[in-house]
This record gives sequence, C-alpha cells and structure tokens, in this order.
Amino acid sequence: MSNIEIRDVSLFYDTPAGRVHAVDTVSFDIAPSEFVCIVGPSGCGKSTLLNIIAGFISPTAGQIRIDGKEVTGHGMDRGVVFQDFAQLFPWRTALGNVAFGLEMKGMAKVERETVALRQLALVKLEKFARSYPHHLSGGMQQRVAIARALAYNPAVLLMDEPFAALDALTRDDMQRLLADVWRETGKTVVYVTHNVAEAVYLADRVVVMTPHPGRLKSEISIALPRPRDPLSVTFLDYQKRLLGELGERAGQKNELEDTR
Amino acid sequence: MTLSPDHRRRMVRTTASLVALAAIYEAIARSGFFPPALTPPLSVIAGTLYASFADGTMPLHALYTLQRVLIGGALAVAVGLPLGILMARFRPVEHFVMPLVSALMPIPSLAWVPVFILWFGLGDAVTIAIVFYAATFPMLLNTWTGVRSVNPLWLRAASAMGADERRLFWKVMVPAASPFIITGMRQAFLRAWIAVVGAEMLAASNWGLGWVIFDAKEFLNTDVMLVSLAVIGAIGLAFERLVFGSLERTTVLRWGMVRAAKG
Repeated sequence: MSNIEIRDVSLFYDTPAGRVHAVDTVSFDIAPSEFVCIVGPSGCGKSTLLNIIAGFISPTAGQIRIDGKEVTGHGMDRGVVFQDFAQLFPWRTALGNVAFGLEMKGMAKVERETVALRQLALVKLEKFARSYPHHLSGGMQQRVAIARALAYNPAVLLMDEPFAALDALTRDDMQRLLADVWRETGKTVVYVTHNVAEAVYLADRVVVMTPHPGRLKSEISIALPRPRDPLSVTFLDYQKRLLGELGERAGQKNELEDTR
Repeated sequence: MTLSPDHRRRMVRTTASLVALAAIYEAIARSGFFPPALTPPLSVIAGTLYASFADGTMPLHALYTLQRVLIGGALAVAVGLPLGILMARFRPVEHFVMPLVSALMPIPSLAWVPVFILWFGLGDAVTIAIVFYAATFPMLLNTWTGVRSVNPLWLRAASAMGADERRLFWKVMVPAASPFIITGMRQAFLRAWIAVVGAEMLAASNWGLGWVIFDAKEFLNTDVMLVSLAVIGAIGLAFERLVFGSLERTTVLRWGMVRAAKG
C-alpha cells in the first residue's frame, strides 16, 4: 500500500472581496495502510485538500506525492467516494457500477463481473448485484460506491464525508463496515468528516484543520484498540480533546453541530 | 401473443379514445351540416381504406413516406446527437454552431422546398433533405441541453475510474443525457412527419402519403384524403407505442431517471 506526502500545499483563489486562502501551506505525511481522518468545521479546506489529493484540483503551490510520485491529475492509484448518493450511475446495476473501473482497465466481462461480485460481497450487497441504484437505500448506495472505488484495486481510498447524509443508526453500521473493509483490504484511507466521534471511531490519526485560512492545526493519534467502543471513557476523552482543539479558535463559536 | 393486464388496460384505453374520436366525426358527418362529399361517413371511409389496402397502393405510399421519414430521421440523429454532445462539451464548437442553429432553425423547412428542388430535383432527395432539416434541430438542442444537465459527479467519478474522453462520451454522457435524447427523438420524429407530408405535396412525384392527399384534393376525393390522414396517425401511434414507448421503458424508466405517467 502507498504512503502519501503532502508538502506545503496551498490553494488560493481571487474573489471580488479579495484573495481566499482555502488551503494554506499544509504539510503532513500518511503512512501505508494508515487510516487518517481530516476533521474541521465547514470552510476549513478539508474537502478541497481531499480534491487536491484526488487530482481533481491543482494546488496553487506545493505538491502531493504518492509513493514518491507527484500527483498531477486523477489516477487509478486512488479510489474516490463522495458524499452525494447520486454519485452512482443510475443506468447501471450495482454490479455494473462496481465493474466500471475494471471495464475502463480493459478487463473481460466475465472476469470483471467476478471481481465486482467479490467487492459487493465485501460490503454485504452481493444479493443486490442486479438492482439499479434507485431501488437501493442511501446506505446501500454508499456501500456500492465504496465497492466501486475499491474494485480496480487502488492503493489509496479517498472519502469525502461519505456517511454525512445518512441517518445516525445507518451511519453506525456503515462505520463498522468500513472499519472491517479497511482491516481486510489494508488500503491507505484519507477520510474527511466534520463528525468528531466518527473520526475517533475510524482513524489511526486525526488531522485537525481550522478555517480562514485553511490551516493544519494539530494531529492527534488515536491509540485505542479495535474494534473501538464509542462509550468507553478513553474514547470519550479523545472526543473531548478533539472538540477542544476545534473550539479553541480565538473565542469563535464551535460550528460542529453533529457530534453525537 | 399473451398480454399482461397492464398492457391490455392500455390497449382498452387507447381504443376508447379512438372510438370516441370516430363517434364525434360520425355525428358531424351525419348531421348534414356539410355536404357528404366533404364529410363522407365512416362506412365510406372504411370502404376506401379497404380498397386502397386491397390493391396495395396505400401500403406502398405509406412505405415511401415512412422510408423518407426514417432515412431523414436517422441522418438527423446521426448528426444531431454527436454534434449536440460536442457543443455541450467544447465551447468553441458551441460558439461556432449556436449562431448557425439560431439563424437556420426559425426558417420553416417547407420554405426550403423550392430551393432544394432546384438543387436536388424532384423526388426522394428533396423530401429526405427536408426531413433531415426539420428533424436535426430538435435532436441537436435536446442533446445539448441533456449533456449540460448531466450530474458533474458522474463525470468526476468516471474520470477517477480511468474513463478517457471517448468513453466518457459513450459510457457516461449518452446514457446520462438519455431522457433528453429520447425527447429529442420524439420531437424529431414529429417534425419529420410535418415536413415530409408538406415536402411530398410540393416535390414528390406520384408516391407518398403527402402526394396522395394533394392529388386527392384535385378530384375532391375527401375519403382518400381522410384515409391518408388516418394512416399517418396510425403510423404515429404505432411508433409512439412500439418504438419510443419501449425505448423509454427499457432505459430511463427502468433506471429511475424519469417517472412513469400517473394512472
């Protein structure tokens, strides 16, 4: 699996109101098979940073290297999962969606359907392989999206608040499922969220960002055994610590509304 | 053929609408308000319909017209669909094509008939060219709008999974824009019929439904004219049901991209 180096990455853009520092000289490293959560309030540049790692946006300055190779655009060494359920192709079945990347790689139909079915089994949806997305619930659609991003075997999985639009119960299930998938596949995961409990549950390490300008504030390693118990005292301690990091911003009101 | 209850209900509803229309016509025809030569009763029309099918002339006329519609329509799809996608994808193409479309589209296709007769002579070439002219714009504009309304997330996801421009085109943009593309085909087909009948009246030599109507007028054969109109309507209905309807059911309805009509 791959390591990621993020070196002095900045993204500025000019508006009539002046220059916006969406991401301001952010640097950190991600180890192979590490699960890193980027946490921060809206406007802190966490999603922008993820899009830069994905190669959808070019940084104004700085660079990102995956296994020493500089990122210049999107590539099949990275799989991406978005927040919006509508990311799936409605004209393809769950299986067809998952097989898309393999099809682009030129894999034969029988072979790619076998691989895609295995990926669907990983997210426990093999029974729904022939269903179209509009017949699946939001949680199921996001599981298909995860299977789709993993199907062509990228080393890195990039996730932009994939469970933010789900109800709390489904979200708990999805987090458990994702932790299992990560343990089984050993992918390097970069996961953006504004949900502190989610970050403590999933991450090896949490990167905290603050807005205006979008800067890296601190990094906290979560030294808890897995599977984690969200009701344990140590878990809640980490949560408090993270909330403290986020709340310290020069007396500003804590913008986190979704902390369970 | 076995019919599902749904299918049978739909056929009953269709028949009911058509019978109601026929009944209204028959009432007017029998009221004596118009001379029988202008509004022949249904029995006379049915007789003419039978005779024109029995001697094979009406199917042949219909075949000629249908062939012109299908060739012109196919050309319109072959040009309008890719050009519409290219316009939506590449700004220079849009900048070049859009003024041409804006200037050419308002010109009624029939206004071109005299010009096309001079260029192509009488017969198939003119009618096909007119059909092509009429059908291309709805195809082009609907596809253009369809591609511009494609969810950008699909393009982003497909690119991330390694789709190049050619495969984005066929594997994402075409299916993603399909509700609009099907609407474009429907409108193109409709415009094609309007155009073909008019063009045949002016430019076809002895074959085609438009020519039949025009020719029958000379001899006050109202029944022949009405039979031709009924044949056009029947072909339209058949195409809506068999071609566009099934196309929609097997694609965008099945994919949940559009909803079925209520009731």
